[in-house]
Amino acid sequence: MKLNELTAHELLDLLKAKKTTPREIRDAVLAGIARTDGQVKAYVRLRSKASGEQEPSGDVSMPIPIGIKDNICVTGEPTTCCSRILEGFKPPYDATVIQKLKGSGAQIIGSTNMDEFAFGSSTENSCYGPTRNPWDRDRVPGGSSGGSAAAVAGHEAIWALGSDTGGSIRQPASFCGVVGLKPTYGRVSRYGLIAFASSLDQIGPITKDVEDSALLLGIIAGYDERDSTSADLPVPDYTKALVNDVKGLKIGIPGEYFVEGIDPQVREAIDVAINVLETRGATFHEISLPHTGYATATYYIVATAEASSNLARYDGVQYGLRRQPLDTRKTPLIDMYEETRDAGLGSEAKRRIMLGTYSLSSGYYDDYYLKGLKVRTLIKQDFDKAFLKLDAIVTPTAPTTAFKIGEKSDDPLSMYLSDIYTISANLSGIPAISIPCGFSRDRLPIGLQILAKPFDEAMLFRVAYAYEQSTPWHKERAPV
Amino acid sequence: MTKNAQNITKEDVQYIASLSRIHLQGEEVERLTKDLENILGYVHKLEKLDVRAVEPTSHVLPLANVYREDEVKPSLPQAEVMKTAAAPHNGFFKVPKVIQ
Repeated sequence: MKLNELTAHELLDLLKAKKTTPREIRDAVLAGIARTDGQVKAYVRLRSKASGEQEPSGDVSMPIPIGIKDNICVTGEPTTCCSRILEGFKPPYDATVIQKLKGSGAQIIGSTNMDEFAFGSSTENSCYGPTRNPWDRDRVPGGSSGGSAAAVAGHEAIWALGSDTGGSIRQPASFCGVVGLKPTYGRVSRYGLIAFASSLDQIGPITKDVEDSALLLGIIAGYDERDSTSADLPVPDYTKALVNDVKGLKIGIPGEYFVEGIDPQVREAIDVAINVLETRGATFHEISLPHTGYATATYYIVATAEASSNLARYDGVQYGLRRQPLDTRKTPLIDMYEETRDAGLGSEAKRRIMLGTYSLSSGYYDDYYLKGLKVRTLIKQDFDKAFLKLDAIVTPTAPTTAFKIGEKSDDPLSMYLSDIYTISANLSGIPAISIPCGFSRDRLPIGLQILAKPFDEAMLFRVAYAYEQSTPWHKERAPV
Repeated sequence: MTKNAQNITKEDVQYIASLSRIHLQGEEVERLTKDLENILGYVHKLEKLDVRAVEPTSHVLPLANVYREDEVKPSLPQAEVMKTAAAPHNGFFKVPKVIQ
């Protein structure tokens, strides 16, 4: 097996045994990119100067090559959210997660593709064009962190960072057959993550297996005074949760997640996964999360309202792109704002800014935004109640396997509904992981989602690891 | 604007666009009118819930005011920050004429 096909923990074992070097691992990953990326297009740019050439200092522990979603700031490297409006933007500072990664000796390989400003579920809304699913090039990798998921599945990165506002780590992980974790809101600093919806956004790991997910979360998690919403709680050693034992754990199955719209093959795979965990000694309980059906509607009010406010800063003044129309329509200044935003923002970004502006506007605030925040309370209370008696909840990650490129791009609402199972974790702030749990008949990966109480990522790893150790799915490799 | 969400007019869309500082061209107006009508029609399902007695959640963590010490610390050099601007000028952001 080639080095770039191994997991980070396998590579760390080889490094410790002096059977390979950081340089060899990096070269293997770059060779993987040269072989595969022409077709998959997981990266939008490779890092300009080779970070692997700086000799790792003595206390460097994990010199593993990593792909970074294009919305996480790296000093001096273009960071654009795959939007024309940020063309040429080079952040003058590192995101906290990047600082932590650099401290661990990580080799940053490049920036991965995404839906513009993370607005989408397919990575088709990128100003650089779509990424393709390594399992089937005619299909989407999911989104918005589709480039990161495809890079890991296609052996173009050992692991990667994504961001998850409504499922943007977990749904592409599901579509690409890899492990994707959305940590508890506040577990990982958002400093240097270009904001989409500040009350929902979290950075998280996309990896080949559960052990790598635990390792990478251990690197990036923790309190940061530069993000006042980060939680001042100690970071446990997550690898201690990898005990391969779920005996006596109480796990809930919410009936509302198994209704119309779910692909029968997805349903079957989830049922089989539940049986596996039951055989390992977990007990399953049918539960109800009664406000599930309102989550997507609530999300598209709350998330777009926050996005419309966060994206107001792209006005042709502070960042690169500026356009001035030839004629004067309103005043020269307002014309510049409007022309810049028309030229720099893609159609989904405009749609979401408009939706958010509408629900925040005078006369509509109470009926839309305030109502959304109240329903958000109900959705969160559903989970609070359920977790009084449960250790974890399992659901499918997405109702279907990866869809075809172009299949949903003309119908925004049907695209929004592909996040139907992932959105509630963001609205409630709870952690959730997607792990591979089988394949459809046409050999497309299916994902199992596990949810737990706030700050109980260890429980996710425990359940996910026990499942993984009982099944072969994480060993399957995409045909690249 | 019209009060009924499922009935968005082109004028509504133009008005929201101007609040959003986005200049829309020809067919974009029609497409967005249709899209917003569909999406707001879907969102309308929240009408079924009585939330009069429910507190809104704008933030999921039980955080109150987060304070820090008021100390002077190094910050980014102005020159570095201004590099990202569209038209920097002697440490200022230059914009088109504001007052005619």
